[in-house]
Amino acid sequence: MSYQVIGTRPVRHDGADKVTGRAVYGADTQMAGMLHGHIVRSPHAHARILRIDTSKAEALPGVLAIVTAADLPHPGDRMVDLGEGLTRLSWVHGNVLASDKVLYAGHAVAAVAAANAHIAEEAASLIEVDYEPLPCVLTAPDAMKPDAPLVHDDVFMQEFGKLTDTPSNISDHFRFEIGDAAKGFAKAHTIVERTLDTSTVHQGYIEPHAATVLWNNDGRVLVWCSTQGSFVVREVVAAVLDLPISQVKVTPTEIGGGFGGKIPVYLEPVAALLSRKSGRPVKIAMSRKDVFEGSGPTPGSHMTVKIGVAKDGKIVAAQANLAYEAGAYPGAMVGPGAMCVFAAYDIENIAIDGYDVLVNKPSTAPYRAPGATNAAFATETVMDEIAEKLGIDPIELRLRNAAKEGTRRADGPKYKRIGCVEVLEAMKNSAHYQAPLPGPNCGRGVAIGFWFNIGFSSSCTISVNSDGTVNLVEGSTDIGGSRTSISMQAAEVLGIKAEDVHPTIVDTDSVGYTAVTGGSRTTFATGLAAHDAAKDVIRQLSVRAAKLWEVDSELVNCQRGVFQSGKHSITFKELAAKLEETGGPVVGRATVNPSGVGGSFAGCIVDVRVDPETGKTDVLRVTSIQDAGKAIHPSYVEGQMQGGTVQGIGWALNEEYFMDPSGIMKNSSFLDYRMPTALDLPMIETVIVEVPNPGHPFGVRGVGEANIVPPPAAVANAIHRAANIRMTRLPMNPNAIMEEVWR
Amino acid sequence: MSTVRVQTTINNQPTEFLCEPRQSLLECLRELLKMTGTKEGCNDGNCGACTVIMDGRIVNSCLVLGVECNGSEITTVEGIAVGSKLHPIQQAFLENAALQCGICTPGFLVAAKSLLESEPHPDEQQIRRYLANNLCRCTGYDKIIKAVQQAAGGAQ
Amino acid sequence: MKWFDYAAPQTVDDALQLAAQNAGALPLAGGTDLLVQMRAGRKTPPFVIDIKRIPELNELKFNEATGLTLGAATPCYLIAKHADVRKYYPALAEVASMIGGTQIQGRASIGGNLCNAAPSADSIPLLIAMIAQCVIAGPSGRRTVAVENFCTAPGQSILGTNEILVSLQIPTPAPNSGACYLRFIPRNEMDIAVVGVGVSITIDAGVIQAARVALASVAPTPLFVPEAGQSLIGKAPSDEAFTAAAAIARDAAKPISDMRGTAKYRSHLCEVLTRRALSQAKGGK
Repeated sequence: MSYQVIGTRPVRHDGADKVTGRAVYGADTQMAGMLHGHIVRSPHAHARILRIDTSKAEALPGVLAIVTAADLPHPGDRMVDLGEGLTRLSWVHGNVLASDKVLYAGHAVAAVAAANAHIAEEAASLIEVDYEPLPCVLTAPDAMKPDAPLVHDDVFMQEFGKLTDTPSNISDHFRFEIGDAAKGFAKAHTIVERTLDTSTVHQGYIEPHAATVLWNNDGRVLVWCSTQGSFVVREVVAAVLDLPISQVKVTPTEIGGGFGGKIPVYLEPVAALLSRKSGRPVKIAMSRKDVFEGSGPTPGSHMTVKIGVAKDGKIVAAQANLAYEAGAYPGAMVGPGAMCVFAAYDIENIAIDGYDVLVNKPSTAPYRAPGATNAAFATETVMDEIAEKLGIDPIELRLRNAAKEGTRRADGPKYKRIGCVEVLEAMKNSAHYQAPLPGPNCGRGVAIGFWFNIGFSSSCTISVNSDGTVNLVEGSTDIGGSRTSISMQAAEVLGIKAEDVHPTIVDTDSVGYTAVTGGSRTTFATGLAAHDAAKDVIRQLSVRAAKLWEVDSELVNCQRGVFQSGKHSITFKELAAKLEETGGPVVGRATVNPSGVGGSFAGCIVDVRVDPETGKTDVLRVTSIQDAGKAIHPSYVEGQMQGGTVQGIGWALNEEYFMDPSGIMKNSSFLDYRMPTALDLPMIETVIVEVPNPGHPFGVRGVGEANIVPPPAAVANAIHRAANIRMTRLPMNPNAIMEEVWR
Repeated sequence: MSTVRVQTTINNQPTEFLCEPRQSLLECLRELLKMTGTKEGCNDGNCGACTVIMDGRIVNSCLVLGVECNGSEITTVEGIAVGSKLHPIQQAFLENAALQCGICTPGFLVAAKSLLESEPHPDEQQIRRYLANNLCRCTGYDKIIKAVQQAAGGAQ
Repeated sequence: MKWFDYAAPQTVDDALQLAAQNAGALPLAGGTDLLVQMRAGRKTPPFVIDIKRIPELNELKFNEATGLTLGAATPCYLIAKHADVRKYYPALAEVASMIGGTQIQGRASIGGNLCNAAPSADSIPLLIAMIAQCVIAGPSGRRTVAVENFCTAPGQSILGTNEILVSLQIPTPAPNSGACYLRFIPRNEMDIAVVGVGVSITIDAGVIQAARVALASVAPTPLFVPEAGQSLIGKAPSDEAFTAAAAIARDAAKPISDMRGTAKYRSHLCEVLTRRALSQAKGGK
């Protein structure tokens, strides 16, 4: 298939704004009369709120409004859509502003709006809150003990789909099972079983959360915020404030990173309440400390993985026990973890138990392939051990077991066309894998990961300009250049250049429902909407051409932007100039909710050197290999692969929430929450594999997420070969490595 | 308890503002002068999103007080383009897709411009070391380094 | 941040006068520690004295007879690129390009690093190894304090009320001497030292004539370990001698376990880094 636009690398449409500082992000909004909000947060990991006294703060000059949970309507029993699933409104409500208990250090308790940020901060320090501290629980194993302090008194365990009547920190225990794992293990030649732990880590987006809200005099709540899902913000704000959904309008600003963490709603309802009380627009921006302590990191986890293989390495049985920390409210992404834990392999006998566990930490949010990275750390290091025990090349072992079209996953679905084998072959044949190691104390590790990707709804309209360009209106906030990949798909259909599409990302009043920018869905689903809207434009333009030529519109066909019928021919640009005379404007539209989602496999090869005296691990060479289905804009596909890989490396080596025993995070700054800097990395080589997804006209598979899944395991496997130690805990920082060396 | 009058040159323009001593240069730029191109990522000097050039050196503007800037020459991201023509470093970032969400980009552009002015042909390690105070979470730095290398190769 | 008033005096005397008139005033050099602390509410001075416009605090000059005069407010980037510093005190130039990153080095000063008096300060072990002296001005005149006596507790120094650090005086290194500061950090830059070791060594006719070893992050203050240096005097600069000295340094250290490392790991690193620093200092002389 040869394309004119797909596969090229045009400069992104928002480029000039982004490199000149003109692009407006969440904290950049400016409005006349705007106040600044500041949130008071709990210093305790678990405590009853006895009393909140705001009188001293109210007396401070420059303070115009103060709110607490008492100002929020009662949530009742309602459920609300969080963008990637339903949850209890009372939990969202509780996380926005705590009512009777605080459940983690950083939990929002009250908020102030004042003339400037300094006065707001000072007023916040004058709000007196009396707490009765309660015992806290900080890890899944501790929270699962029968005598553990309960995070919620009214959360009951759902076991295998049935609600029990015991309050529990385990809100859900489910099992995925196919075949008979016990029988499978009985026939195994070699079995490896490992228990592994991962620490809480944060998505680490450089832009803190920020929102500006005006509760207008006509009763509408106007929100400007940086978010991955403006329609989610609309739904959640309306639900929390008990307003009809049409009373909330959300205008997304540009967004400075999300990775899943900017799907949940934190600030907007609070700013709305402050705005209603003060009669002014209110802006709240989180500090970096607030981001760590008051937004949604990803679960820490405690996992056991057991794999049994025949003598030739063929897996005969696999078992996993995944206990993920949900944080203060139920909803750890342990389900997706369980979907992905053995997803790369064709196995007949599987048993996976998943536990969603409450702990006194911030309520977790999705982080790029949520749940899958934890699980892959377990599976891929166990596979590495098996490869070593059997003397089989680690990629070869995976090839012998690779999932293919028709393989059934433990959670039920059978794969359609997927690229697991192709990714593994590309890894094996890569320049990196063929190269020798550079010297002593070095090791190479490999791993493979999967993310199923999502579809969900998107809407798009395209209107034709008389100069032969089009305006494309869509609602997917652009975290990584997606407006361009979406425009390119429309351009390909219309037969025009990518530069001739003018994309705008609009507010919730101006475009049809569009689901989150997340789940690797944007280039796939919003791209599909753009494709379909472009087809609609072509249909309408064909009718116009038919009018001009006085032929039947069925006799007009369009190829690469040229309309033809018999001897007649006219280009898109020429026809665009004749719309007025042929009937008026042409606007194409589409809404989609596609089911033809294609999952993506990603591999990682990493070389490290470990200093045997200090445990310092230097990353020498990295290659990311991923099945993109079809790379619409290869530079941005490479960018996703490189970015996710580096996040995975940070997760592997140094990132963690360091909590003291009372549940306070000690390292809530970029000084001690150590993300990789430019000096910590080499270039990130990329290999794009293209196994087209039959469910998309161009074959697109979302690429945003799967690339973060294999790096921690790949790094662990590399460390094993470099230093002869098996790490079973993340992060594998130098201290932890030396502890393992000494053991 | 009074505000202080500060006279500076920002992007070659004489600029005056009145600020409280506790307001950082970052705040003065964003809140007083409405120049929101310079970003706040951490407010404690660890991410570089607030990078500006001050008297010839890159600094974290979150750790400079507005009142310390009297008489200083400051360059922000808004001052990199020459009129409506993008600077080679800006062009290189766009051509190399060296930005995804773009929030760290102003800081990187200012830092890279400053690097190339003092070191026109840096090698990869020099570039990485110079930019180590600028965090990016989206790109893994690869394309940023390549953009700087392209701008260095081209600029004479 | 709480409100404070600000002034930028142009002489030491003016600075001292402002300090005397404004109880609780603090001096501001690079601001890379102070502003962070003020924003976190850990320090709340009602008055901030900007010392960067005082010429004497910005002096950076070398003289073979008296050594290096390093004004307290001199930013790291000037120290790192100064020709005489690079020639006579290369380890100091390296430290100046190690603290934080480029932007931090554009403002932060070694004088400020010292006055901040963190046990993990990167510059202090090397200053101790280089026998630096602190010139302090106060209401009763000037005094000089050996740098190893400057820090008294975490975040606290020997500076009295209304005293200001004016400069560091670092003697001209003896011929045939070398110095080195090594620190361990988990990343490659931007981290606080888990352990830091500063050493200096003078070798004549194959015999160690003088040696000094000081440690960061393993005690409430930067730790001068005279016994470690003394153990080397009269010996050949061999791996055995360095290993023995490193063991003494390790045994003198009193590290705690915190989020940057366990006590056991820090002790271990003391030995490793002292050994490596001595080797490098020997190589560099």
